[in-house]
Amino acid sequence: MLCVLNEECGADNFYLPMIAIYTLWLRQLKRYFRSKSRIIGSLGQPVLFLVALGFGFGPIFQRAGQGNYIQFLAPGVIAMSILFTSVFSGIEIIWDRQFGFLKETLVAPVSRFEIMLGRTLGGATVGVLQGIIVFFLSFIIGFRVVNWSLLPLAFVFMILIALLFTALGTGIASLLQDMTGFQLIMNFIVMPIFFLSGSLFPPNGLPSALDLVVKIDPLAYGVDGLHGTLGQMAQFGLATDFWVLSVIVVIFIAIGSYLFSRIQV
Amino acid sequence: MAEHIIETKNLVKKFGDFVAVDSISFSVEKGTVFAFLGPNGAGKTTTIKMLTTLLAPTSGMILLNGYDPQKRQHDARASFGIVFQDPSLDDELTAYENMDMHGMLYHVNAKDRKERIKQLLEFVELWDRKDSPVKQFSGGMKRRLEIARGFMHKPKILFLDEPTVGLDPQTRNHIWTYLRKLNQEEGLTVFLTTHHMEEAERVSDHIAIIDHGKIIASGSPEALKAKTNTTTLEDAFLALTGSSIRHEEVSSADALRSQRRMWRR
Repeated sequence: MLCVLNEECGADNFYLPMIAIYTLWLRQLKRYFRSKSRIIGSLGQPVLFLVALGFGFGPIFQRAGQGNYIQFLAPGVIAMSILFTSVFSGIEIIWDRQFGFLKETLVAPVSRFEIMLGRTLGGATVGVLQGIIVFFLSFIIGFRVVNWSLLPLAFVFMILIALLFTALGTGIASLLQDMTGFQLIMNFIVMPIFFLSGSLFPPNGLPSALDLVVKIDPLAYGVDGLHGTLGQMAQFGLATDFWVLSVIVVIFIAIGSYLFSRIQV
Repeated sequence: MAEHIIETKNLVKKFGDFVAVDSISFSVEKGTVFAFLGPNGAGKTTTIKMLTTLLAPTSGMILLNGYDPQKRQHDARASFGIVFQDPSLDDELTAYENMDMHGMLYHVNAKDRKERIKQLLEFVELWDRKDSPVKQFSGGMKRRLEIARGFMHKPKILFLDEPTVGLDPQTRNHIWTYLRKLNQEEGLTVFLTTHHMEEAERVSDHIAIIDHGKIIASGSPEALKAKTNTTTLEDAFLALTGSSIRHEEVSSADALRSQRRMWRR
């Protein structure tokens, strides 16, 4: 007997959505592990940042009395690689939308929310994996964890950053028809989020307008959380970082699923 | 009396002021092959999208296997399989994985999935390639895989939106052989659109011709030929729809398709 619908399977209603979410999560991971060139390619940028900026600005940073720049930079670069990987995982929907798997999933007996959640969790997992790889790479450059007992908490922050920006990518991709708006998104959303997050420079003593921008940049709280758990002190405080990120994650997932539910193919 | 597995009444779809589908009514008998023919931009794909829950009709009624596709989406979706105009496979995954994911999304249990995948891949002669990534497949192999996949959850209806575009006569012939076999052995209802008139003439029991959003003729291929006093369906089609060339706007999918080709290079 082939079991297609709930009645025939006898599975309860909680279990079924889990299958769909798991299926789409697994798909994102399989795609990630299969494209070795993508993994290696996307590690180039963080390594370049760590090496070029880390050693380049290191002496100036030291002379300014701020201490070791690599110690400061590494958490920011980890956050950056999670940001990029996650946003792109979300934006992948544009590709899938017209050809690939998206139509196939949209006609399956699965709700849009399950699809969005499965994809977001998958994209976020890929983002976290990428962050962990950069974390280890930063050791080679000379980064040292100050307090190992806070490492699990750092992991929590990585997950929050990844979820937040995968959901953002999904939301943006749901609004776009094709890749022509891609540069726009890079230059007006992703890059500002990165540069104004305090990942490259400590966000103190900034002009008040810029200071405000930093404060409304969600990544700033992620970077701050990573600073607090991996290296130096957190500026906003870890509790603030955690709650701000968590609330924004919930909001972005809500907005992302709303926009995703309106996609027409 | 024959059982109607698809029924529509006064079905209308408007996009702004443009009426894509203009009050069409038709019914499809269970276990038959139904061809939905029309020039470009006549409203075929829009109708298929409404039947397959992807678009909400502006007004009118649809019953698909007894379910309203908008009100009982999951039940309606479990009743049909679909092969889209564009491939909707995941290129990075293998043939087996594409089948397996489909089964999971349709809540087919693990044991049935295993049996069914083997049976169907053998049926479309792709079992020996089950572990190859789909990106290595030719157009014809992808189509065969999609047909097998569409049949994975034992649907009662199979929608085929121009399934043989760009395929050589051998592959086309193969595909119709499979479909007719499935149609006869499992009582599958096939709903297809195609521009190959000889093909439609050969495989279908019933034909409906749509033009400018309206059904202008319907009946068996013989009846249509008799009605128009022609000897081939192609001539009958031209007699009914005229010989002026239709304009269809380039969709974003077409634009994206050329972009993707560029990226792949």
